[in-house]
Amino acid sequence: MNQSLVSQRLLALFFAGGMLLNFPLLALWNHPAQVLGIPLFPLALFAIWALMIAALAWIMETRQD
Amino acid sequence: MSPLLVIATSFAYLLLLFAVASYGDWRARQGRSLIGSPWVYALSMAVYCTAWTYFGSVGRAASTGVWFLPIYLGPMLAMVLAWVVVRKMIRIAKTYRITSIADFIASRYGKSPTLAGLVTLITVVGIVPYIALQLKAISVGYGVLTAPGLAAATSVASASPQPAPVSPLWWQDSTLYIALVLAGFTMVFGARHLDSTERHEGMVAAIAFESVVKLVAFLAVGVFVSYGLFNGVGDIFAQALAVPELARLLTVADPATGRSFAYEQWFSLILLAMLSVIFLPRQFQVMVVENVSEQHLKRAVWVFPLYLLLINIFVLPIALGGMLLWGGSQNAETFVLSLPLAYGQNALALFAFIGGLSAATGMVIVEAIAVSTMVCNDLVMPFLLRLKRFGQRASGDLTRLLLWVRRLAILGILLLGYLYFQLAGEAYALVSIGLISFAAVAQFAPALLGGMYWKGGTRAGALAGLLCGFGLWAYTLMLPSFAKSGWLIPASFVEQGPWGLELLKPEQLLGLAGLDNLTHSMFWSLLLNVAAYVGVSLWRAPSVSETSQALLFVDVFDRTAADKPVFWRGQAQVAELLPLTARFLGRERADKLFADYARQHGAASVLALQADARLVQFVETQLAGAIGSASARVMVASVVQEESLDIDDVMRLLEETTQIRAHSLELEEKSRSLELATAELRRANEQLQSLDRLKDDFMSSVTHELRTPLTSIRALTELMQDDPGMETAQRQHFLGIVVAETERLSRLVNQVLDMAKIESGHADWRTERVDLRALVRHGVDTTAELFREREALVDVVLPAHEVPVVADADRLTQVVLNLLTNAAKFVPSTRGRVTVTVTVTVTVTDGGQSGMATVQVQDNGPGVPPEEQALVFEKFRQGGHNLNRPQGTGLGLPISRQIVEHMGGRMWLRSSPGEGACFGFDMPTAPNMPSGQPPETAPEKNEHSPGDTA
Repeated sequence: MNQSLVSQRLLALFFAGGMLLNFPLLALWNHPAQVLGIPLFPLALFAIWALMIAALAWIMETRQD
Repeated sequence: MSPLLVIATSFAYLLLLFAVASYGDWRARQGRSLIGSPWVYALSMAVYCTAWTYFGSVGRAASTGVWFLPIYLGPMLAMVLAWVVVRKMIRIAKTYRITSIADFIASRYGKSPTLAGLVTLITVVGIVPYIALQLKAISVGYGVLTAPGLAAATSVASASPQPAPVSPLWWQDSTLYIALVLAGFTMVFGARHLDSTERHEGMVAAIAFESVVKLVAFLAVGVFVSYGLFNGVGDIFAQALAVPELARLLTVADPATGRSFAYEQWFSLILLAMLSVIFLPRQFQVMVVENVSEQHLKRAVWVFPLYLLLINIFVLPIALGGMLLWGGSQNAETFVLSLPLAYGQNALALFAFIGGLSAATGMVIVEAIAVSTMVCNDLVMPFLLRLKRFGQRASGDLTRLLLWVRRLAILGILLLGYLYFQLAGEAYALVSIGLISFAAVAQFAPALLGGMYWKGGTRAGALAGLLCGFGLWAYTLMLPSFAKSGWLIPASFVEQGPWGLELLKPEQLLGLAGLDNLTHSMFWSLLLNVAAYVGVSLWRAPSVSETSQALLFVDVFDRTAADKPVFWRGQAQVAELLPLTARFLGRERADKLFADYARQHGAASVLALQADARLVQFVETQLAGAIGSASARVMVASVVQEESLDIDDVMRLLEETTQIRAHSLELEEKSRSLELATAELRRANEQLQSLDRLKDDFMSSVTHELRTPLTSIRALTELMQDDPGMETAQRQHFLGIVVAETERLSRLVNQVLDMAKIESGHADWRTERVDLRALVRHGVDTTAELFREREALVDVVLPAHEVPVVADADRLTQVVLNLLTNAAKFVPSTRGRVTVTVTVTVTVTDGGQSGMATVQVQDNGPGVPPEEQALVFEKFRQGGHNLNRPQGTGLGLPISRQIVEHMGGRMWLRSSPGEGACFGFDMPTAPNMPSGQPPETAPEKNEHSPGDTA
C-alpha cells in the first residue's frame, strides 16, 4: 500500500471525525425532529459513526498499488 | 430462577471457555494457529466491552440519554489512527520483545527499573476498582436472576437510594467465591507455562469466543424488547417522546430550561476513551502483545468499531423500553436481565446473564494476566534481583519461580478487587469507577506516545510527567471519590478544600469552576503531565542509553533486523551467557535459542560462537520477554564486562550502521548494473559470434562460387591447350563456356563490390526519369532464355499508360532481373509459371496527387515458409533447402532491397508454402504523372511461351 497516502487519509478522517463529533458541528443536530420515527440527535450520532466506519474500511481495504 | 440452575449454567459456560482455550493452545502447538485471522484479532479487541457495557450503558442511557456513547466514539477515532500508531507499537514490541506497557515505557527511557515500577503501581491502583466493578456486576446479575424483587433495588454502578442490604460475612459471600474461581481460571489461561513472547493463543481464542457471545446475547435482548414488548424501535421512540422526562433524554439541550449540553464533558469523555482503548492493560495485551501479524490490523481497525456500533444499537431502545414499562421504580442497569425475566423469557434472561458473565470474565482474565506480568517483571523481579543473596544464587532454574510469582499476582489482584468491592460496597466510590480507571491509564499517553515519536524524551521527563499526572489524578478524582462516599476523608475536603484552602479545592483547582469533575481532572492531570514531561526532558540532554533507546524506538520502521545498531561494547563469554539464559527460560529453550543463533550466524556450534555485542543484545532481548527489559539488563550486566559508552560512541556506532547500510545499498545497485552490463555484453557477444559465423559462411560460399567457374575455366582451357588439334566447333563451344564463366565470375565479384559500396554509401547513383514498363519488358526479355530452359511460362501484365519513376535505370533493371532469376530458380520444371505485374495506385491528398507503382513477380514454386520470409532478405542467405539450394551468392535480394529502399521504395514478399511466392516492390511514381488516367485500363498482356524468342 502507498503508505504515505494511507497515512494522510487516515489523519484527515481523524480530524474530520473529531470535528463532526464535537461542538460546534454536533450542535447542528440539536433539533427536536425525527427521521423515520427516530429522534434526530441519536440518529445523527449513529449515522456519523457508521459513515466513519465505512470510510475507514474503504481506506484500509482499497489496494493502492 | 433457581440458584442451582444459574450456578450450573455459569460453570458449564466457564468450562466451555476453558475448552475453547485448550483447543486454541493445542492448535498453536500443532502450528495451525486458530487465531491467525484478522477477524479473531478484531473480536479479541472487543474485550473493551465489559459488564459496564452490559449494565452501565443501559443505566446511563436511562438517566442521561446519549451520554453512554462517547465511550465508544473515542475508540472509533482511535482506530482511525491505529494503523499508524498501533502498528508502530506492535513493531517496537515485537522487535524488542516488550510484553507490557510498563516494559514499553521503561525500555524506551533507558531500561529504567524505576519507571517500570511506577507504571506498574499506577496500573494496579487504577485497575483494582475496575475489577471490583466486574465482580459486583456478576453478583448483582446473579441476584436479579435468583431473587428479582430484592435485587432490583441494588445497583451496579450508581448509588442506591435505599439503605444497603446487610452484607453477608465474608466467608459466606458468594462474590468471594466468584473471585476465587475467576482467579483459578485466569491462572489456567495465562500462567500455565512461561512463554517469553507472552503470547497466550488459547486465551485469545476464548476472548474472541466470548465477544461473540456478548454481542449475540445483547442483540437478542434488544430484539426481544424492541419487537417482543413493543412494535419496533420506532414505536419505542414515539412512546418515549410522549413522556416529557424521557423526551428530555433524546434532545441535546433545552433552551426553555436553560440546560445546555456539556460539550466540554463530551469532548473529554471521547478523548479519555480514545486513550484508554489503547492504554488499558487488557487492550495493550490483546492489541500489541498478542498480535499475530501486523497485517491483521488492517481489517481489525474497522471491524472493531463496527462491533461497538452493533452492540450499542439497542441500548437506547432497551433503556427507554424499561423506563416506559416501569417508570423509575426499577434499576435501569439490570434491564437486560429484568425485562426478559419479568415477561417470562427465562431462557433469554439466562442467556443475557451468560453474556454479562462473558463480558466480566473476559475483562478480568485479560486484565489480570496483563497486570500480573507487569507485577512479576517490573515489581517483584527487580526487587528480588536486588537482594544480594538471590542474585548470587548459582544456577537454579528460575522459570518455576517466575511462574509462581505470576500466579500469586493474579490471585492477589483478584483478592484486592474483592476487598475493594467489600469496602466500597454501595458507596459512591463505585460510581463511574470505570471512568476513573480510564483517567488513570490515560496518564501513560504522554510518556508512551512521546517516546515513540520524540527522540528528546528522557527518563527524568517521563518520571516527572507520570508523577505529576498520577498525583493530580489522585488528588482531583480518586480522593474526592473517597470523600464523597464518606470513606477515610471528610466531605469538607471536597467542599471547602483541604484545611479550608479554597484554591486547592480538588474539583475546582485554582478556582477553575464550571467543569464537571472528570473534565476538570483530565485537564489538569494531562496538562501538567505533558508540561512536566516536555519541560524536564528539555532540561538536560538525553543520556547515552536514552539516546540509543530513543533511536531504536522512534526509527523502528527505518531499520530492518539486519542493520539494527547494537549499542553495546564490552566482553562476554558464551559460557556465562548460556547458563544465564537457561535460568530464566529453561535449559531446553536456551539451548535451542543458542543453537538457532549459531546456525544463523554461520558458527559451527554453540561453543564456536563469538560472544560479541550482537550476541549479548540477543540474549538481553530474549530475557526481556521473560523478566522485563529492566531486569534483563541487570542480569546480563552481572555476567558480562561492559564498557561504558558515552554519547560520542553511540553516535559513532549509529553512523557506522548508517554507513554500512548505505554501502550495502550501493553494493546492491552496483551489482544490479553489473548484471545488466553483463547481459548486454553477452548479447553483443552472441551477435558478433553469429556475424562471425555468417562471415565464414559467406567466405566459404563465395570462395566456392569463385572456385566453380575458375575450375571450369581452367579445365576447359587446359583441355584446349592439351589438344591443339581440337575441332573448331568444339573449341568454340568450350571458349563460349569459358567466356560465360568469366562473365559469371566478374558478375559475382561485381555483386560483392556492389553490396559493399551500397552499404557503405559509396555507390554512385544516376537518377533519371524512366518508364517502369520498359524496364520490366527489358528484364523479361533478358531472362527469356533462362525461362525457356526451364520450360516455364511468363505472363506480363502492364498498364496502358506510362509509369514514370525517378530511378537509376541500371540498378532498377538489376532488381527486376534479380527477381526474375530467382523466380526462374524456384519454379518447378516443365510446368512453371511466372506472372509479372505492374500496377499503379493513386492517392489524392491535400497537396495533390501521389502515386505508387508496384511491380510483382509471382511464381508457382514451393513458396517460402513464414519463418523464413524475413531471412531471405538477409545477406548470404539463400532460400530453399540445403540440398537443393540453387547456385547463387545469397546477395541478390539484399542488394535489390537496398537499391529499392535507396530510391524511396519498399520490397516485400508474400507467400504461403505450396502456393508459390510473390516478390515485389513499391516505388513512388514521378511527380507530374499524366493525371486522370485510371490505373489498370486495358492492361497489355504479353505471353511468352517456350516457343517464343525475344
